[in-house]
Amino acid sequence: MDLSLSKDELAFRDEVRTFFKDNVPETMKQKLREGRHTSKQDLVDWTRILHKKGWAVAHWPKEHGGTGWTPVQQYIFNEELQLAPAQPPLPFGVNMVGPVIYTFGNDAQKAYYLPRIASMEDWWCQGFSEPGSGSDLASLKTTAKKKGDTYIVNGQKTWTTLAQHADWIFCLVRTDPTAKKQSGISFLLIDMKSRGITVRPIVTIDGGREVNEVFFDDVEVPAANLVGEENKGWDYAKFLLGNERTNIARVGMSKERIRRIKELASSVQSGGKPIIEDQKFREKLAMVEIELKALELTQMRVVADESKHGKGKPNPASSILKIKGSDIQQATTELLMDVIGPFAAPFAADEPGSNEISDWTTQIAPGYFNYRKVSIYGGSNEIQRNIIAKAVLGL
Amino acid sequence: MDFDLSEEQRLLKDSVDGLLKTSYDFEQRKKYAEEKGGWSKSVWNKLAEQGLLGLPFSEDDGGFGAGAVETMIVMEALGKALVLEPYLATVVIGGGFLRRGGSAAQKAAYIPSIIDGSKTLAFAQLEKNSRYDLADVTTTAKKRGDGWVIDGEKFVVLNGETADTFIVTARTKGGQRDHTGIGVFLVPANAKGISIKGYPTQDGLHAADVTFSNVEVGADAAIDNPENALPLIEQVVDDARIALCAEAIGAMDESLKATVEYLKTRTQFGVAIGTFQVLQHRASDMFVALEQARSMAMFATMAQDFDDAKERATAVAAAKVQVGKSLRFVGQQAIQLHGGVGMTMEFKIGHYFKRLSMIENTFGDSDYHLKRVSDAGGLIN
Ligand SMILES: Cc1cc2nc3c(=O)[nH]c(=O)nc-3n(C[C@H](O)[C@H](O)[C@H](O)COP(=O)(O)OP(=O)(O)OC[C@H]3O[C@@H](n4cnc5c(N)ncnc54)[C@H](O)[C@@H]3O)c2cc1C
Repeated sequence: MDLSLSKDELAFRDEVRTFFKDNVPETMKQKLREGRHTSKQDLVDWTRILHKKGWAVAHWPKEHGGTGWTPVQQYIFNEELQLAPAQPPLPFGVNMVGPVIYTFGNDAQKAYYLPRIASMEDWWCQGFSEPGSGSDLASLKTTAKKKGDTYIVNGQKTWTTLAQHADWIFCLVRTDPTAKKQSGISFLLIDMKSRGITVRPIVTIDGGREVNEVFFDDVEVPAANLVGEENKGWDYAKFLLGNERTNIARVGMSKERIRRIKELASSVQSGGKPIIEDQKFREKLAMVEIELKALELTQMRVVADESKHGKGKPNPASSILKIKGSDIQQATTELLMDVIGPFAAPFAADEPGSNEISDWTTQIAPGYFNYRKVSIYGGSNEIQRNIIAKAVLGL
Repeated sequence: MDFDLSEEQRLLKDSVDGLLKTSYDFEQRKKYAEEKGGWSKSVWNKLAEQGLLGLPFSEDDGGFGAGAVETMIVMEALGKALVLEPYLATVVIGGGFLRRGGSAAQKAAYIPSIIDGSKTLAFAQLEKNSRYDLADVTTTAKKRGDGWVIDGEKFVVLNGETADTFIVTARTKGGQRDHTGIGVFLVPANAKGISIKGYPTQDGLHAADVTFSNVEVGADAAIDNPENALPLIEQVVDDARIALCAEAIGAMDESLKATVEYLKTRTQFGVAIGTFQVLQHRASDMFVALEQARSMAMFATMAQDFDDAKERATAVAAAKVQVGKSLRFVGQQAIQLHGGVGMTMEFKIGHYFKRLSMIENTFGDSDYHLKRVSDAGGLIN
C-alpha cells in the first residue's frame, strides 16, 4: 500500500498544473469561481485550446486521438482541471457518445464523428430521458420506424441539457414495439437541424436555462446513423452510463469550492469578526473536508483497481462516488448559504459587473437551488442505493 | 392544556384559507408577481376587507385586538399559498413597532392607513456588516434643531421598493455594536435624500437597498426612546421570527402534501413511486420534521406573551432552530422526490423550497439561533 504519487506522476501533475495555469482563460476561471454559467463560446474556445495540446479527449484510445495515459494520470488530469478551475470538455460528446462510437460504431462513423467531437466542431446533447421515463429509462416511448434507408422518428425527449446549443443529439429510440422493454431499443444519432425537431426551453428554479424538451415530429434520420445493431441500443446505453465512473465524484471541484468558502468566510463579517473565526462554522467546514478526503481516497482506490485490472465492467463502487460526491457538492452550496447569510436574498441576472457589492453574492442561492440536481440526474441517489444493495450487498 | 383553536380562531382560519383558495392559486400568483413591486394591490385590498390587516391592533386603534395565535393562523395560511404581499413587513413588523412603541399621535397617523390597506411599511435594518446582530448599527441619526438627520445604507429591505414609510434603525449615540444608543425612526419613502434600488429576491418577493443621505425628519419621527430602542427592536423582530416560523410551517405542510400527491401519481417501473419503501420512509421523515417544527412554532407563538424578555428570546430562537432544521430537510427532500420536475420553475414545489430557504436566512439562521440558545444555558434547567 502506498498512497503517494510516484516521482513520474508528480512530474506529470506539475506539467498539467502549469499548462492549466498558463492556458485557462481568465474569464472562465472567474465565472466558475463565482458559480456562474459559462457561455457556449467559453467552452468551445477552451476545448480548442485543449485540443491543440492533444488533451481534449485525453482518455480515448490513442488511435482515436487519446493520450494513452494511465488511469492515475487521467485522474490527476481531471483533478487539476477542476482545481484550476476549468470546465471539463462537454461530457455528452467526449465521455458519452464518443466512447460509444469508437466501441460500437462502424468505420465511417468513427472517421466522421470522432475528430469533430475532439475539436468541438459538433456540440452533442443526450436524448435519453422522456417525460414518462426517468429512473425507469427502459420504458421509453420515442419510436423510430424503418422506411427504406431512413428511420422516421416520433416522440419526445426531456431534460436535454444544453440542447439549445446542440448540433447533434444521440437518442435511445424504440425500433421494435413488440419486444419487451430493453430489447427493442436502438441508439440513433440525429442531426439537430433535421426537419421536425422542436426545442423548447425548461427554466430551472435558479432561473437558468440549461435543460430543454426536444420534440420529434416525423423526423427523417438516415439509417446510416444507427450505431451498432438495431435493437441493441440498451447495451450501448448501459456501457455509456457505466463509463462515467471517475468524473462523477467531482473531488477537484469540491476542493475548489471549499477554497472559495474559506476565502469568502474570511471576508464576510459577523460581530466584527470574519465568519471563519467562528468555531462552529469551522467545525462544520472541517467535517465536509473530512468527508471529501474520504471520498478522494475511495476514488483513488477505484482508479488504482482499474490500473491493475483494466477497465472491465462498471464497478458498483462508482455508486459510492455518485452518492457521496453529490452529497458533498450539495453540502458546499449549503455552507456558502451559511456564509452569505441575509445577502442570499437579492436576485440578479447571471451577468457579472452589474453591481460591485453584490456581484460575488448573487450566484450563491441560485447555486444552492441548482445543485439539488446532482442527486437527481445521472441515476438518482435512491437508484444508486438500489444498485449497491443489489449488486454489492446481494440483497 | 389545549392545542385546539377556539371557535373564533377556526372561523378566522377558514376565512383566510377560503380567500386564498379562490384568489391565490399558482397561476394567479404568477400574475400578481408581475404587478408593480411584485405584489397585488387588489389582493391587499381583499385582505383589508376581511380585517386581516387590522388583526393585531387594539380596538382603540381601530383593530381587532387579536393575539399571537391569530397572527400564526394568518402567517401559516400565507405560507401555504406562497403569498407575495407585504404582510410581514407592514402588519407584523411595521405594525409591531407602532402598536408596541408608538406614541398616541404616531398610532393615529399610521395605523388606520395600515388597516384600510392604503399604506405599506418596510423595515430598514440590515447593514453591510451587521449580519444577524440587531445591535450592530452604523447608520446614524443626529439631532438637528428639534428633529433628526439620518445617514447610512440599509440592505435587503423587504417591501422597500413599494413601501410608503420606512422604519429605520439608526444610532443616536455610542459605538457600532453598543446595545444602547439605537433609535427607530419613521421616515417617509419620498423624503429628500433617500435613494432606493429595488430588485426581486430569490423567492419572488421584492426588496431594496436604501441609502439615506442627510435625510431630515421631525422630532416626532422617533418611535420609543431614541437612545434605547434595542429592547423594542428585539421584541418586534421576535414577532417577525415567530411569524416566519408559522409561514414556514404553512410552506412545509403544502410541500409535504404536494410530494405525497406526487408519490401517488408518478409511475416508474410500472408502479406508483410511492410504493417504494425508501420513498415512503423519506416522506414519513418529512412528516416527523414538519410536526416537530409545528410544535416549536406553537411554543414560539406562546412565548410572544412571556413577561421575561430573555425567556421569550430563547424560546423564539429555539423555534427558529427547529424550524430551520426541518425546513432544510423538507424543502430538499420535496425536490428530490419530485425528480427532474422539482427543479423547474413550472412546478410549484421548487418555489416552496426557495421561500423556505430564504426564511432560514432571515433574522438569524439556525446556527445563529443555536448559539443564542446555548449561550442562554439551553431550554431545560
Ligand atoms: C438538471 C438536469 C439535467 C439533466 N440532463 C439530462 C440530459 O442531458 N439528458 C437526459 O437524457 N436526461 C437528463 N436528465 C434527466 C435525469 O436523468 C432524470 O431526471 C433522472 O433520471 C430522474 O428521472 P425523473 O426526473 O423522471 O424522476 P423519477 O424517476 O420520476 O424519480 C422521482 C423520484 O423517485 C425516486 N425513484 C424512482 N425510482 C425509484 C426506485 N426504483 N426506488 C427508489 N426510488 C425511486 C427517484 O430517486 C426520485 O427521487 C437531467 C435531469 C436534470 C434534473
